[in-house]
Amino acid sequence: MSAQTRTASEKADFKRELTEVVPHLRAFARGLCGRADMADDLVQEALLKAWAAQERFEPGTSMRAWTFVILRNAYLTDMRRNRFRGEYDENVAERILTAPASQEEPIHLSDLHRALLTLPPERREALLLVGAGGFSYEEAANICGCAVGTIKSRVGRARAALNSMLADGAIPQRSLEDDGAHRAILEELEDVAAGNGSSARP
Amino acid sequence: MTAKKEKDGKPVQPEQRTTSPKPAEMPGWAAGLRRLYDSVVDEEIPDNFRDLISKLDKDD
Repeated sequence: MSAQTRTASEKADFKRELTEVVPHLRAFARGLCGRADMADDLVQEALLKAWAAQERFEPGTSMRAWTFVILRNAYLTDMRRNRFRGEYDENVAERILTAPASQEEPIHLSDLHRALLTLPPERREALLLVGAGGFSYEEAANICGCAVGTIKSRVGRARAALNSMLADGAIPQRSLEDDGAHRAILEELEDVAAGNGSSARP
Repeated sequence: MTAKKEKDGKPVQPEQRTTSPKPAEMPGWAAGLRRLYDSVVDEEIPDNFRDLISKLDKDD
């Protein structure tokens, strides 16, 4: 797809904004799929798709929200192709754990990261968008193409699951490598994908 | 390609009325979740991303 109807100046603006959201795309992707290398592959894929679709971006609107939709759709497609197993990235957790803490952290971030990756994908993404990315429920609902109430419910369930896992210390070690768990996740993904795009097509 | 047509609804508008969880409602690990995210945001962007973006125009 070409972007020939955009002026050079508009394309330059688009490119600058796209560059600015790369760190956020990387953070969202890392949260979604866990592995740093796979997350970066996903971001590169999303950047190429965003560039190809730039005529659909309305200048002045949120580039971060727009590109998150593209990243999310690429992730769901790849998940269905079985590329990601939501593997826990030991290196990232290790590095974060050894980084100087700005304040006392009652929860080990490695536990939190692992617990996050055991959540069903639609709850994990909802929690990431609202709890980490700082999106409002309304913005998150737009990104996921679902109702605001659905997002609130997903965030609530994700928080309840994390509260319980982190309180009990009962975090499944490798639940996503278990075939049964993986099948269940793929089934949930079908539901997520089915609700795709009703209100948030990029 | 997942993006097929113009979205019919309005895109996310910064001025629209929005709601977010109240800080008091968030449990103790919420700050950790933000730090996981922010730690990646604060990373230096790898060179391959800069290379990819710098090549975008040339493919048109």
